[in-house]
Amino acid sequence: MVDIRRSTLIDAPVEELWAILRDFNGHVRWHPAVETSLIERGEASDQIGAVRNFRLKDGSRIREQLLFLSDAKRSFGYCILEAPAPLRNYVASVRLRSVTSENACLWEWRASFDPPPSQRERLVRFVRDDIIEAGFGAMRGFLRGERGASIGVRSAPTPAGPVDGVDGVEIVLTRYGGPEVLQARRARIREPGTGEARIRQTAVGVNFIDVYCRRGSFDLVAPGGVLGMEAAGVVESVGRNTPDFRPGDRVGYACTPPGAYASMRTMRADLLVRLPELLSDASAAALLLKGMTAGFLLHDVAQVRRGSLVFVHAAAGGVGQILCHWAKTLGAVVIGATSSEAKADLARSVGCDAVIIYGREDFAAAVMRFTSGRGVDIVYDAVGKDTFEQSVECLAPCGHLVSFGQASGDVGTQSIDRLASRSVTLSRPNYVHYTDTTTKIGIQSDRIFEALRTGAILAPRPTIFGLADASAAHAELESRRTTGSLVLIP
Amino acid sequence: MAKVYSSAVIPASASAVWTIVRDFNALPKWTPFVAESRIEQNKPSDQIGCIRNFRLKDGGRIRELLLALSDYEMSFEYSILESPMGVENYIATFRLIPITDIDHTFAEWTAEFDAVPEKEDGLVQSIGRNVFAAGLSALKARFAR
Repeated sequence: MVDIRRSTLIDAPVEELWAILRDFNGHVRWHPAVETSLIERGEASDQIGAVRNFRLKDGSRIREQLLFLSDAKRSFGYCILEAPAPLRNYVASVRLRSVTSENACLWEWRASFDPPPSQRERLVRFVRDDIIEAGFGAMRGFLRGERGASIGVRSAPTPAGPVDGVDGVEIVLTRYGGPEVLQARRARIREPGTGEARIRQTAVGVNFIDVYCRRGSFDLVAPGGVLGMEAAGVVESVGRNTPDFRPGDRVGYACTPPGAYASMRTMRADLLVRLPELLSDASAAALLLKGMTAGFLLHDVAQVRRGSLVFVHAAAGGVGQILCHWAKTLGAVVIGATSSEAKADLARSVGCDAVIIYGREDFAAAVMRFTSGRGVDIVYDAVGKDTFEQSVECLAPCGHLVSFGQASGDVGTQSIDRLASRSVTLSRPNYVHYTDTTTKIGIQSDRIFEALRTGAILAPRPTIFGLADASAAHAELESRRTTGSLVLIP
Repeated sequence: MAKVYSSAVIPASASAVWTIVRDFNALPKWTPFVAESRIEQNKPSDQIGCIRNFRLKDGGRIRELLLALSDYEMSFEYSILESPMGVENYIATFRLIPITDIDHTFAEWTAEFDAVPEKEDGLVQSIGRNVFAAGLSALKARFAR
């Protein structure tokens, strides 16, 4: 075993340093190696057992779990759950002590792990130099910056930019209702302000969340507004303070606020992601939202592992196909359900071990038959009203029902008493809460780009509609005839 | 229960400082307030359970029992058996921690004890300043380059 113990003196009161270090997700603010980080499942960063999921600048992803935290001792400890490097049995701890003879404190940072002998030197150097020592150095700079910022002169508020813009086309929600309420109109697409970019959109994703917004099930878009949460395109111009993007960059996004059904759009630049070359614009517009949804459903909301038994409703749908294929590559046994034999073939082709066709038999009974009466560990249900009750019946004891959509109508009022019969966990995740910051978007988008590279998900080949035919695309999506994804081309 | 805490940075490597302070009988060598010291029953000064019996420069006599000593942690713990200070259940810990990036040493000295309430604050002040801080500052001066 390797035991690395490093320590340094920091010229700050111990309380000040502890306030920064005790935030288990705070390393993204000060550690130079950490690019993005989030606490899984939205837990508090001082929740014992919380998992921070972060990406290093070199692209590697690490998951670490908080083991203990003591404000009295100003100490916390954590272990690695997953890392690309073989840092086996990695346990680390941090402790701060006050130096009472000076206005300073001692920061101890220890790590122990079992490296393979051939990689021992490299891994010791990595942990000691790139993680611990680099962290010490960066914290000194960070503390200087914090203090500088707190006493610095605030800049005057930016005056509102010019109100002119360029001509474009938007699809407007004229009122809540059926597909016919969507209408094209000419619009001025305003100049980008501070922190904003204007994008010439080349492909716009159509998602069921747009249908929910159109029906008024979600109040994200008021009548008169523009639907759409996902698109790909090229940055046309940028406002001030957008250091990450320049005109000509290929970008995509999948986030609130809605407004994607348009030929051009001005929006916050920090919500954009740079697209990898291996993904075409149409594929990106078809994949980002559904892929990131599948990503957090499989990794954050529930954790699909080798040997997990998983049941996916609407297995031939946009998210369904990605869920099935990705779960399969994670080592799960996947049962899908579809509405036709043709869709069942598609579901099998993306990795389903067994497929149930709705209406031919009771799907809960079929799931029990496939699992020899055990039930599945996780049900992914975006059908909603029609399937909710039976989805509970599909679960093994301590199973997890992830209810993430309502294609057949709102789930409505349900008794939670029945969940006790199987100790069921119920999740009702909302896409927004997993994708509402730059950090979260970075984690979710990296995950799908990585999965694309490894083949855990496949680049979709969407069905194409013109932007002005958005209502036809909605009608198609709601008809349950479609497989895969739909994209509008401006 | 009263607590005293004092710490300082010693400009020397931890092993060099530890060589001096690990000797439970060495208070006259490195503190400014101890006149003479002996280990009772002629025991080695690193035998757990040994008692140091020392006289302060102001004349007071103190007997302390070694409870723990770790070369691995570079720390030791002791309790007071007899003293003129009026403390009960007094247990103190002395610890060194290497400051690895500058090869200096962090030294901390802590104690917990009971005393009659009206004397507690005064004792915390006087032990913290006149014993712990004074001892650490003498140690610091000894290694000052």
